[in-house]
Order: sequence, then structure tokens, then C-alpha cells
Amino acid sequence: MNTELFGVISIFIVSIVLAIPLGRYIAKIYSNDKTLLDPIFNPIEKFIFKISGINATEEMNWKQHLKALLSVNMVWFFLCFFILLFQGSMPLNPDNNPSMSPDLAFNTAISFVVNCNLQHYSGESGVSYLSQMFLMFLQFVSAGVGMAAAAMVFAAMRERTTDKLGNFYNYFIKSCTRILLPLSAVVAVALLFNGTPMTFEGKDAITTLQGDSVEVSRGPAAAFIAIKHIGTNGGGFFGANSAHPLENPTYFSNAVELWAQLIIPFSMIFALGFYLKKRKFSYVIFGVMTVGFLLLVIPTVISELNGNPAIERMGITQATGAMEGKEVRFGPAVTGFWSIATTVISTGSVNSMHDSSMPVSGSMELLAMMVNAFYGGCGVGFLNFYIFIILAVFISGLMVGRTPEFLGKKIEAREVKIAAFIAILHPLLILSGTALASYFAANDTAMGYWFSGNATGWLNNPGHHGFTEMLYEYTSSAANNGSGFEGLGDNNPFWNITTGIVLLLSRFLPIIGPLAIAGLLANKKYIPESAGTLKTDTTIFGVMVFAVIAIIAALSFFPALALGPLAEYFTLK
Amino acid sequence: MKNIFSILKFTLFIVVLFAIIYPMAIFGIAQFAPNKGKGETISVNGKVVGYQKIGQKFDKSNYFWGRPSAVDYNAAGSGGSNKGPSNADYLALVQKRIDTFLIVHPYLKKGAIPSDMVTASGSGLDPNISPEGALIQVKRVATARKLSEDKVKALVETKINKPSLIGTATVNVLELNVALDALK
Repeated sequence: MNTELFGVISIFIVSIVLAIPLGRYIAKIYSNDKTLLDPIFNPIEKFIFKISGINATEEMNWKQHLKALLSVNMVWFFLCFFILLFQGSMPLNPDNNPSMSPDLAFNTAISFVVNCNLQHYSGESGVSYLSQMFLMFLQFVSAGVGMAAAAMVFAAMRERTTDKLGNFYNYFIKSCTRILLPLSAVVAVALLFNGTPMTFEGKDAITTLQGDSVEVSRGPAAAFIAIKHIGTNGGGFFGANSAHPLENPTYFSNAVELWAQLIIPFSMIFALGFYLKKRKFSYVIFGVMTVGFLLLVIPTVISELNGNPAIERMGITQATGAMEGKEVRFGPAVTGFWSIATTVISTGSVNSMHDSSMPVSGSMELLAMMVNAFYGGCGVGFLNFYIFIILAVFISGLMVGRTPEFLGKKIEAREVKIAAFIAILHPLLILSGTALASYFAANDTAMGYWFSGNATGWLNNPGHHGFTEMLYEYTSSAANNGSGFEGLGDNNPFWNITTGIVLLLSRFLPIIGPLAIAGLLANKKYIPESAGTLKTDTTIFGVMVFAVIAIIAALSFFPALALGPLAEYFTLK
Repeated sequence: MKNIFSILKFTLFIVVLFAIIYPMAIFGIAQFAPNKGKGETISVNGKVVGYQKIGQKFDKSNYFWGRPSAVDYNAAGSGGSNKGPSNADYLALVQKRIDTFLIVHPYLKKGAIPSDMVTASGSGLDPNISPEGALIQVKRVATARKLSEDKVKALVETKINKPSLIGTATVNVLELNVALDALK
């Protein structure tokens, strides 16, 4: 057990230590300074932009950023939708997997475009290798889009009074080629030499030692799994995601994959500090996030190590903790840690089945996605946190009776309205979706086209845990996370379409909101700091932001958590 | 419209970069990886008997068994049971697994069974069991093979992967059984 805990702590510390130099590098990239890979990629990018007729040097205001961002996403969505819809009759399909149904293709295309990777299919039987390759492309670009949006907000925070906030395509391509691509290549190679396959051959038929005939799924997995974590996407190559022994073969590969999903969200915070030349500000943000993260991680790891009380009563030994849905090579400590890392960050890859987590862990996983601002996904994690900063500045301003200012700009009614709307949107989408699904399940409604059979048929567990399955699915969608209580029968029109809509709204509105606020603020007159200015790089302000997050998340979600995992906890006691 | 056309061209180029050149580069490096990136296999007398990382079904009494699997070790797919910890049907199933385990291993006390032997893994393809999970099966396997218990136990000891600094202690069931077959 000590070697397990030591493993967890060392992975966490190594990630933080490496995030600082990477943050400095990212800040250089967004400042358009010279960096290491320029000689390789500058000519390639120039060529691509020239042939495509895209101007990647003109300065854009926030509306132009938004327009470019939304246009590229729309094009990618339609391309992906068509590939999935017709994959069965397209090349690179050695296992002869069928084309997707329209509702599944809709859900899958959206969920990869928005960096969620909800995956209502199983990788082995649901997609061809061609589709896997295109989905992998989306894993790069959706992460790149999130980072480009964050880069624009960075620029808006730095400039005094301007509407020139850099170029979307420039931020986007540099995020992809200078950050995501090299890091993914490193991770992919590490995985390869730990036993993850990278082959275009299909299933292998073997006879086992005992004499049974078995087929073994393989595929070009190593490249896919690397970007799935580096880009905080989380979509698995195989159905069992990173619990699959080929997707995550060893304790070491597990550490690499954990590092890979933590590194960019960590570095983006430090990058902000280097970029604004306000390092203390970034330490305050990182501190708030880390406190939140640890408050979620510690109870989870403890409850997984303690095991299932109901199994304890059967009289067997749970020296290795709660093992249902877990792999022996990882053990409960690092699995518990992973389950929170993947939910605070919007990765959503799993190395255990969250549906079988202990109730305390389940509620922590949910809470992590409900807050959705501790570290967070590639780029968008900071955007979510930015909303809470604006709200905290506003509330602090009211408390001391001054016009709230943030980095020398007045925060006025319009910005606060946008921030409040975005903050309320998240619980609204989660709770109304869950209410709808629970209503059907409670009445056991016959669902007709939407689901074959009655609504309770989509549950894999009865009672409180069943409710949690539905709550988790909408929470995961709204947080663009992509993990699931996978017992839920979600590949049907009801779940594909409702979560698809939630995904779409909860990706783009929380990007549009912060972009708009940052753009509006950047345009305002700069007020120099005075004795009356609220200092945002102090511990007190950190506590303030944390309180705002805790109040919004706790107040809006506590009733739902009480009905689901907390109730289950008390029945299991 | 011109805008959309530009984006399409742009997309085509970056598809080439991220979905063709990148995976092909990794595929090239894979040729130097174990079994050229096709997954490491284990062979007996030149015949492949399994993948080192993929668990397989063992239910004969002369072999060490792996963990229960929600997909019955069918490696064309993967998955866990997704049963919640308070689910009554699930708890009844675990109880039944414990009872069955005790019938087949009558020499055991209930408290000696580690939880990994009666719970399904996340992937359904877990290649490992805990060292305790292997040690409690020694007597059964030794009896079935008419070998001395000490000899089989010594073999298990050699197959335990203990973590040096970080990690968990594991036994790869397939490797253990291959070594068992070679034992005279």
C-alpha cells in the first residue's frame, strides 16, 4: 500500500514540477517569441495557410475570433458526421464494423468536436480504423481550439486598451504543432515500449493455453491514446478505455497517461503568470485549484482503499481495497487518484469503471465535474475559472462598496450578466436533463422511438445508484468530460440526442461567454492601480474565489448529490 | 462560401499532418518496439498461446485461475460489470462466487480470500491477480497435478512481481500457467 501511495504522490509532484518550464514555453509561444520548433513548423504552416487562403497574421477582435472558431468547428462536425455515417463502406475497416446510426453518429461527432468523447459505442466493434484516425484528428484540433480561446483571453488580459487580440488561426495552429504534437509523440513512444500496440492489422485469432479459441482486438492505438490524454479528450481506443490492458499495460504507462492529462492544464495556469508577468497571480489560481483538487482526491483514495463495506461483511479480505471494476496492476490508490484527475480535468478517460466506485468516490467524481474549474480541460479549464474570477471580483467589490476592477478594467453590469448566465447554465443543463430522464424512469414510461422498451431499461442498477447513473451522464456531458457510469444503456436516440444537445450548449456558450467578457474588458479604458484597487494576487482573493465556487456548486448540486451517491453511502454503511 | 472552402482546404492539410503523418511516424517507431507494435505474445513450442497483457479464461482445476470477467475474457471486446457497490443482485453474485470458491478450495478459511478473486475487473481482461490470490490456489493446483505443494508454491513465488518503489504486487496468470506446464 505504501508503494501505491508513494506512486500517487510522485506522479502529482513530477507533473507540477514539469509544468513550470512548460508554462514558460507556452507563454513564449502565445507571445510570438521564437521557440525551439519554429524552424520545422514555420515553413509548413506558412505553406498551409497560403494554399488555403487563410490570413494568419491579421489581428482579430473578439467577435472575429469567435466567428473563426465557430466556423472551423461546424465544418469538422459535418465531416465527422458523414465519415461515421458511412464508415462501413469506406476503406481501413479490417474488422468489418458497421456504419453508425444517425443519432449515434450525431452524438459521436459532436462529442469529439467539443473535446468530450462521450463514446456511446465500443471502440473494438463500433468504429473503423479510418474513423479512429479522423476522431484522433479531432482530438488534436478540439484541444487546439480550447487553447486558442484561452490564448485570446490571455491577450485581452494583458493589453491596456485595444480590440486587437491576436489571430485565432495563429494561436490554434501553434497550440497544435508546438505543444500538442510533440508532447503526444513523446507519450506515444513511451506507451509503445510499455506494450501498447500500433498496428493496422485487425483482430488476431488465437488458441489459449487451456485450448479455447479467442479473438484479440488490436489496432493503431498508441498514437491515439497519447493525444487522448495530452489533449484532455479521454476517448478510448478500446471499449474499456484506459482500463484495457493494451490501452494501459503497466503501472508505469498508467503514470505516463496520468502525467499526460495533468500537464497541459497545469502548465496553462503557469503560462498565464509568465505571459502577464504576474506570476503571483498564477500561483494564487493554482493554489485555489490544488486545494479544491486535494479536497476531492483524499476522500476518494481513502474510501477506495477501505473497500466495500457490504463485501467486508461477507468475511473475505479486502487488503487490496475495493476491486470491482478495477485492475490489479493499478490498485485502488492510483485508481482513485485517476478518477478525480480525469473528472476535474475534462479528460474523462477511465482506468476503472466509475459505475462501481464507492459512493463517496462517486460523489467526488460528480462534484469535480460540477465545479469543472479545478485545472479543467485544455484551455477551457482556465476559461471556466475566469468566470468565477469575474464573479468573485464583482462580489468583493460589492462587499467593500467600490466599483469592481480586474486588472485595471471596470467590471460592469454587462460582464457580470454574462458571467452569471454562464455560471447558471451548467447546473441548469445538468439538472434539467437529469430531471427529464428521472421522470421517465420513475414512471417507467414506454419510450417508443426514443428507446426500445420502458425507461427503467436503460438503468444497470436500482435505487439511488440508478439515479446517479443518469445524473452522471448529464454531468459528464455538461462538463464536456466524457467519462460515464457506463452501465447506463446510452446508445439510443433518447440519450444520444439529449446529451448531444447538452454537449453542444455546454461547450460553446462557456467559450463564447469568457471571450465576450475578455473582449469587452480589453476595449475599456485602463485605470491605473491605486490604494483602493482590489488585489487579485493575494490569498484573501484566492479564498474569495474558492468560496464563490463552493457556494455555486454546493448550493445548486447538493440536493441531487443527496438523492444519489450520498443516500447510497448511508444505505451501505 | 469562400470562407468555408478555405476552411475545408485548411482542414485537409491538418488532417494529413495529425491523422496521417503523426500516426505513420509512430507506426515507424513501433517497428522497433516489442513484437513490432502488434502486442507482445507468449509462445509455447513456437505456438502462440496468448498475449502477455491480455488475461484469458482458466477454469480447469490444474491451472491457476484469473479474476471473474464481465465479458468472459472475450478479447474481441472489453468491459466491466458496472455494478454499483450497493446493488443487491451484485452482492448476491459476489457471495455466490465466495461460496463456490470455498467449495473448490475446501482447505481455505473465508478470511483468506482476497477481494480481487471474487470481483470482476474493469476491462474484463485483467491479466493479473494479487499474490495472495495465487498463493491460496497452490494446494488445489498441486493436488490436481500430483506435484508437491512446496514446488508449486516456490514457482508462484518466482512469478510475483513486487514493486520496487511505486506500484502494486501482481502475478501474471498466463505466465504462471505456462511456467507451471513446464514444471516436471
